[in-house]
Amino acid sequence: MNENLKFIQGNEVCVEAALYTGLDFFAGYPITPSTEIMEHMAKRLPKIGGKFLQMEDEIASLCAIIGASLTGHKVMTATSGPGFSLMQEALGYAIVAEIPCVIVNVQRGGSSTGIPTHVGQGDVMQARWGTHGDHAIIVMTASNHQDVFAITVDAFNLAETYRTPVILLFDEVVGHMRERIFIPKKGEIPLVERLRASVKRGVDFHPYLPREDGRLPISDFGGVNRHNVTGLAHDMWGFPSDNPQVVHGLIRHLVDKIQNNTHKIAKYKEYYLQDARTILISYGSAARSALHVVENRRSRGEKLGLLELQTLWPFPYYLVQEKCADAKYVVVVEMNMGQILQAVKVSVDRPERVFLANRIDGVFITPTDIRNILRLIEGKGV
Amino acid sequence: MAIRDYIRERFFPHIWCPGCGHGMVLNGLLRAIEKIGLDKNEIVMVSGIGCSARIAGYVDFHTMHTIHGRALAFATGIKMSRPELKLIVPMGDGDALAIGGNHFIHAARRNMDMTAIVMNNRVYGMTGGQYSPLSGYGTMSTTSPYSNIDHAFDVVELSVAAGASFVGRTTTYHAKQMADILGQAIIHKGFSVVEIMSQCPTCFGRQNRLGSAIDMLEHFKENTTPIGSKAKQKNPDLIERGIFVQKKMPEYCSEYEKIIERAMVTVHHRDRRGHREYN
Repeated sequence: MNENLKFIQGNEVCVEAALYTGLDFFAGYPITPSTEIMEHMAKRLPKIGGKFLQMEDEIASLCAIIGASLTGHKVMTATSGPGFSLMQEALGYAIVAEIPCVIVNVQRGGSSTGIPTHVGQGDVMQARWGTHGDHAIIVMTASNHQDVFAITVDAFNLAETYRTPVILLFDEVVGHMRERIFIPKKGEIPLVERLRASVKRGVDFHPYLPREDGRLPISDFGGVNRHNVTGLAHDMWGFPSDNPQVVHGLIRHLVDKIQNNTHKIAKYKEYYLQDARTILISYGSAARSALHVVENRRSRGEKLGLLELQTLWPFPYYLVQEKCADAKYVVVVEMNMGQILQAVKVSVDRPERVFLANRIDGVFITPTDIRNILRLIEGKGV
Repeated sequence: MAIRDYIRERFFPHIWCPGCGHGMVLNGLLRAIEKIGLDKNEIVMVSGIGCSARIAGYVDFHTMHTIHGRALAFATGIKMSRPELKLIVPMGDGDALAIGGNHFIHAARRNMDMTAIVMNNRVYGMTGGQYSPLSGYGTMSTTSPYSNIDHAFDVVELSVAAGASFVGRTTTYHAKQMADILGQAIIHKGFSVVEIMSQCPTCFGRQNRLGSAIDMLEHFKENTTPIGSKAKQKNPDLIERGIFVQKKMPEYCSEYEKIIERAMVTVHHRDRRGHREYN
């Protein structure tokens, strides 16, 4: 038997992928349905000389990994809705101080404490705008274990490339489901290592002066370049500043470095889009049911296609517009009240032809749920 | 190394008000560090938010000015990932014990090697003078305009109860003792807490009619006494100064090294028995 072949939970796949990238620091707080991630980390990390911390809450968990990232480590934390809410302030800090880290949110159903052991996708907008102030953010998701692995590796690569937190927005179904996965061999997926400053000791060091290509080399805490890190608006030394020009430049830099690279960051999968008259747009576990419907109807000759988004933010508006240009109907399949629906409506030329197929009751959306919506749209009744 | 070499002169003058005690804490801290002879590259200072937190910007170490109350959580991540670094965490009273109270007690319980300094001026100064968890019953502030009915924490008792392995208290008036206690706290292997009573003539002094900065310093002199002094027996209201706790306890990062050894041995044993380790 191939020893790289496993039959494990999505949460464990995420752990395998994080370790594959060289992660060696994790801090977290138990919360359903993400707890398996921290349990596996607690077991795996010390075996490779890595560090695991169970902190007093999710706030402290994110703070701790941000601190560890500054000393040069690849870091991650994992949580679910309520914990993700607590992390929002530190998330903003990591964005403004430009500290790479990966935050996993295995979404549960419902709002507030919700229905912890059930599924939902209600944190899409929170992931985008949960922390205060203008900012850009990278949010990724996946619908099956092989993709969870690839997307998790990608999240670490993007965090290092753009010096930013990256959010992995999985959901309870993907997190808890067991499925077959091939763990790629070392080197099979390219890894992005941290870009470090090469300034020598004693030379005036500008930790927040981006290079011409927009990238910002880091100097690790404990190294020869000492500098200040702050969440306040700061100048090229990392020192607080309220100079309007400096503040303007900082916000533009933080937003532009991600928005201007949407085409590089955006990941997606497409199924039968070439001649599709009706296009389903979905992501995460909901995309599994959407794909089922598409394949089922294709076998009957109906022209359905699926666009599965893996990068939710920055939203690939251009991509959705292009792919949906010839579609008669676009149906967004998601387990919330239409959070990606809004972004899709903004993207397409005829927003009145965009519909929502959703479930918000903690029950996984089924192919039948989607079929019922399709029948309504096509005027066939339920 | 001269004291001046430890500061970032580029960013002076500092933002603290005339008469503020926080500059005196900076002074005492730098003297302590100079005496120990630490290299600037081996020190990481992590601060939170407030007047106290600005101290991090002025020192030429690896410095991190974080979010309100969370400095110890950030410091925990830094220390755990690079245990050879010296962590110094200056915080204000509201920073450390109101919004950061939970992190404070858990950091003390964990006993990770770092020095927490509570710069206690009994008020939220940066926002203009609201009462803090250390203001105390009967004090006046902009949010207790008819007198404060909240009782204060005793930082020393709280730290001891939470498990800190080094606990000290002094004031800005006692500059030499401050440098001495800070020095011992930094050398101590484990979680150390030093409460430094600091004057805020602008916000706390003015609202509580305590006079000028000099008057407030005199107040520290008259209302504090060394631990276990005769004066304390005569007048129990006096606040004791000195080192209350200084004990050897297993340090967290060292303990985790043992966990790593144990985990690696487990791998080895299973391999010998021919079992394959998947988890």
